Amino acid sequence: MGNKVLMKGNEALAEAAIRAGCKHFFGYPITPQTEVSAYMAKKMPKIGGVFLQAESEVAAINMVYGAGGAGARVMTSSSSPGISLKQEGISYIAGADVPCVIINIVRGGPGLGGIQPAQSDYYQAVKGGGHGDYHLVVLAPSSIQEMVDLTADAFDIGDKYRCPVMIMGDGMLGQMMEPVEFKDTDTASLPEKDWATTGTDMKRKKNIINSLFIEPKDLEDLVLARQKKYDEIEANEVRYETEDIEDADIILVAYGTTARIAKTAMSKAKAKGLKVGIIRPITLWPFPYEAFEKALADGKKKTFLAVEMSMGQMVDDVKIAVNGRADVDFFGRTGGIVPTPNEILNKIEEIAGGDK
Amino acid sequence: MKRINIITGHYGSGKTEIAINMALKLKEQHDNVVICDMDIVNPYFRTNDAKEFLEQKGIRVIAPDYASTNIDIPVLPGDILSVFTDKSCYAVLDLGGDDDGAVALGQYHRYLKDEDYDMYYVLNALRPDTSNIDDIKALAANIEYMSRAKITGLINNTNLSYLSEPKHLADSMEFADKAAKALDVELKYITGTGEMLSALPDKAKAFELELFMKLPFDALA
Repeated sequence: MGNKVLMKGNEALAEAAIRAGCKHFFGYPITPQTEVSAYMAKKMPKIGGVFLQAESEVAAINMVYGAGGAGARVMTSSSSPGISLKQEGISYIAGADVPCVIINIVRGGPGLGGIQPAQSDYYQAVKGGGHGDYHLVVLAPSSIQEMVDLTADAFDIGDKYRCPVMIMGDGMLGQMMEPVEFKDTDTASLPEKDWATTGTDMKRKKNIINSLFIEPKDLEDLVLARQKKYDEIEANEVRYETEDIEDADIILVAYGTTARIAKTAMSKAKAKGLKVGIIRPITLWPFPYEAFEKALADGKKKTFLAVEMSMGQMVDDVKIAVNGRADVDFFGRTGGIVPTPNEILNKIEEIAGGDK
Repeated sequence: MKRINIITGHYGSGKTEIAINMALKLKEQHDNVVICDMDIVNPYFRTNDAKEFLEQKGIRVIAPDYASTNIDIPVLPGDILSVFTDKSCYAVLDLGGDDDGAVALGQYHRYLKDEDYDMYYVLNALRPDTSNIDDIKALAANIEYMSRAKITGLINNTNLSYLSEPKHLADSMEFADKAAKALDVELKYITGTGEMLSALPDKAKAFELELFMKLPFDALA
């Protein structure tokens, strides 16, 4: 059986963070991610770490800002309404180039919404929920094992580029149980945090963590420098998975739990003789445009079908990627309803039928 | 089986699957069978998800107005009292995970103390937080304290979800025996799918499960 154990998504995320060296967690409970906080509350005291249930999500994200500024590997976790509350802090963290990891286990919205799975926070995560010229690196696992692996990567990416990283799962991923294995991770190649506010010992100049720059020239210079960093991330950190995109007439585009449902639908469609492939973005920002170039390389007529647990948010990025070179269609359920493989299959058949 | 059967244990150990199967088993022997979803913690993968199926089988389902309703705070329905007042019914009480979930049983202490009940602690030895005896003992003590009820038996439900192999269960037997001894209770059942149970050298305590909690990407969903 190797070293596999059975874990719930939320607790696996928390354990993966601890193993990645996260010793500081600030959060506030909210369904369906509460087990992250509960797990941290139980484990942090045992490893000499800090778990703090803040008075609100706003307080928690600002504690993350402080701990991250002092160079700690720090994480916070919430679900949709709580992530909305954190947006000011996230913008400050991005504006001060502070690394941290933010978990969003998405539930139905808007408003308090519901407590069942959703993907309707895509715009918020990818298009900037907070103000200003900034990006979050957004990682979208589709299994508990990938949640574990991407958590380690999230801390590394954050430290490497000095930026906040979000892991966006849906309620299903947070709540379901799957076998996982924890692998040893290596952080030796990461740059030293010589910018962190760790105390000068009167031996060096003060480090300052700040996002306020009144002089327009200073602020523009900083934003431009940060943009270079974003260019680097776009060049180095794009991740995606494709299956059978060569020769496909219909290419599904889906992430997270939805990608797994879409794959089941894809197998069913293939059994009926349809040529179907899939692109699964793993990084939602940077978006994997490259996968679409590969899929479009043969110049043949085809349709991209975005499947989401929302009214259609990622589909906008699919349209940007396709840029008029193919048809783009959409199927989604929302409000906490998870699409079934058969619903997606019906949509695939509708598209295939329309081509005749 | 006794008139009242309470299922408790660490979250994610398979309590709900066992509760549903136990209710079905009771229904084979008794007319009046009720299953209570008493989980006030977890909003997903609940007994209530199988409500339609259970009701078709003639099993009464009592579930809190919580998940998938407009109530954000779980409230235990008054109906649960009928389990204690209607002595002709046979009941399975599916508690939420850990001591956090077991607390829901505490308020029924005044009824339960006069009943001859079984409270089963469900163990999955491949859940990392219950893979050593000290952790199991600590959790069981907390569950008993919060539920104001006594654990009377252990169920070994060791599995690795869809990567389960029969040897996972067979290999866990020694540990399950140790856990039962540590809790000073009998190992009552060894649960799993027919395939999982196939490798057990001694099948006297085997209890075959049909699985009801499906994931949305299962081909049949």
